[in-house]
Amino acid sequence: MYRYDEFDARFVRERVAQFRDQVARRLDGALNEDEFKPLRLKNGVYLQLHAYMLRIAIPYGTLSSRQLRQLALIGEKYDRGYGHFTTRTNMQFNWPRLRDVPAILDLLADVEMHCIQTSGNCIRNVTADHFAGVAADEIEDPRPTAELIRQWSSLHPEFDYLPRKFKIAVTGSAQDRAVIKAHDIGLRILRNAKGEIGYEVMVGGGLGRTPMIAKTIRSFLPKDELLAYLESVLRVYNLEGRRDNKYKARVKILVHEIGAETFSRLVEEEYARLDGPSIVADPEEVARIAAYFASPHYEKLPARSAAFEKGKAKNRAFATWAAVNLFAHKIPGYAAATISLKAIGEAPGDVTCAQMRVLADLAQQYSFDELRITHAQNVVLPHVEQDDLLAIWQTLVEAGLATANAGLITDIIACPGLDYCSLATARSIPIAQALAHRFADQKRQLDIGELNVKISGCINACGHHHVGHIGILGLEKSGKESYQITLGGDATLNAAIGENLGPGLAAQDVPDAIERIVDVYLAHRQNGESFIESVRRLGLEPFKAVIQEKLHAPA
Amino acid sequence: MPLLDRNGAKTDDWTLSPDGAADAPRVLVAFDHVQNALAGNGRGRRIGVAIANTIKAEALAPFLTDLDLVSIAFPSYGDGRGFSIAKQLRHLGFKGTLRASGPLIADQFAYALACGFDEVELPEAQAARQPVDQWVRAAASISKTYQRGFGAQNILDARRAARLAGK
Ligand code: SF4
Repeated sequence: MYRYDEFDARFVRERVAQFRDQVARRLDGALNEDEFKPLRLKNGVYLQLHAYMLRIAIPYGTLSSRQLRQLALIGEKYDRGYGHFTTRTNMQFNWPRLRDVPAILDLLADVEMHCIQTSGNCIRNVTADHFAGVAADEIEDPRPTAELIRQWSSLHPEFDYLPRKFKIAVTGSAQDRAVIKAHDIGLRILRNAKGEIGYEVMVGGGLGRTPMIAKTIRSFLPKDELLAYLESVLRVYNLEGRRDNKYKARVKILVHEIGAETFSRLVEEEYARLDGPSIVADPEEVARIAAYFASPHYEKLPARSAAFEKGKAKNRAFATWAAVNLFAHKIPGYAAATISLKAIGEAPGDVTCAQMRVLADLAQQYSFDELRITHAQNVVLPHVEQDDLLAIWQTLVEAGLATANAGLITDIIACPGLDYCSLATARSIPIAQALAHRFADQKRQLDIGELNVKISGCINACGHHHVGHIGILGLEKSGKESYQITLGGDATLNAAIGENLGPGLAAQDVPDAIERIVDVYLAHRQNGESFIESVRRLGLEPFKAVIQEKLHAPA
Repeated sequence: MPLLDRNGAKTDDWTLSPDGAADAPRVLVAFDHVQNALAGNGRGRRIGVAIANTIKAEALAPFLTDLDLVSIAFPSYGDGRGFSIAKQLRHLGFKGTLRASGPLIADQFAYALACGFDEVELPEAQAARQPVDQWVRAAASISKTYQRGFGAQNILDARRAARLAGK
């Protein structure tokens, strides 16, 4: 993975000093609260319902053991012994004190981490496929591109006061695991007819109040032109994006209002004018970054591990975990293991400091010192030998981390909601917990198969509910929490926005309604089709009845 | 209004005269009058233009060689359009003085300089709260940036130099 050179290290240190100075100037009144707010946000410091919250960047979700141990230390010293992974693969601490933040930033800088641009109206932490470097269908590892973008976008003088936040995601595989079409810019690495590598550039995706699927504005951008082209997209957005209404300020609204073709034309015109060579990275620089992401030194292993097979035959629980939580590795004899942070009854994405240390140790011992955080709020050990899987699983069992539900109905994405978030209109964590309890039975989960449930506590959609196979949106209706259920969302390259099933339900009715929806699927499914395939074939009608039933049931 | 550049406070020797009628050595006119002001400029005056951040850089292109100053309004510190306009004007070849005018904060000074601005004109209250030394200090807080700009040194060239030196 990427390591800081002297320049990166100095940059991050100076940024910490700069934030210290900003805090001091806020305290002595040179900066008023309005002026300080964007500065603290751009350093990841939020004011939440009960306390400050600190959001730490985990660029493209890649983390070393050393870094995770440092997060565990911070969580113990400055928080309440746990942290929370977000859908942007960042880590959030919910209870730090403002005066401790500079010290925390110092600890982060010690392990080449920071909080730069994890919030505010600027270019946010870049995300990428969590199976980068692992997937067999990969054209190129997306992380060097993401790192290049991270550097280019850090404190970009022109783009730190955009109309609104701006999110970029990169995938290098045929299969999209990074939800690129729900981003302000989605980049897909591909090869053209001549075999050259480049990017398909999609713009204007996003969830929130007005969910939109990104549109392609350039079907092939040569690889070495990336940063100059991005600069031109951002400049058009900075100049033309709406600033009169916060809810209409994202680039998706601009693309929607002027049309993808006009937007694309403006970008190309700007691109023709700007000084590309002064922006794009030197080929040597691209190579320098890429070298950090070279494959680790894999062993030559047989494709089938006898130890692994024996372990599965002997231990049913291990076999189930292996069937559900493993992802095929491109190298024979290896696997990528998803470690679910969705134990039944826990808050999705929460991890204790003790668990962080267990994960760090496992990565160090078995996975070349590397971990990945996924947008589904889980952790991945990307390169483990199949021979070691049983030992890994046993350690996970002891740490309460062996839940076998990756991709299943209890692998629920949920935002912090009303338990923490000041913007929330309803709770989301308790809904996730109630659903997990309802579907806790392992056999039943396996029978239901792949099903993504995603929950947001308000219209801002941090829980990605629009692209959940089942989406749940918590709203407030005459002083009560009310949950709207959508169906048919899809977060892959077939991206689709879920459709509303009907009026909102009370919190206590949500598990029943979801259970009935699942029953309709089980009753209608054909030839082993998945939930989302059934929904696509059947349409919404058979499911709508469920909501009506629930609404009209005698209390 | 108070004015400062990378060296500190500065006196404003421009006379604001939206219609260009003022008889002064340096006259700052409104965008609508820039053509007339330049055309009738037999008096050896220097002409500058003050624009809103909704004016397109290309609209100024025909005048850039004759203008001595372009002042771009920042209606609020959160509205970053002026940064892009400044860059575009520099790309179009503008060699005169670029001024950012509005309630910027000291932490944006480095950005303004990097985008091609030379100076910032502040409302009185803003300047009173954020003394000039804070601006000068803020501008130097990040010694090398990840972008080539008109301001600080940059990491791209530093790495390039280090590579060449290593060869
Ligand atoms: S979706 Fe709403 S409630 Fe949930 S984290 Fe985002 S802003 Fe907060």
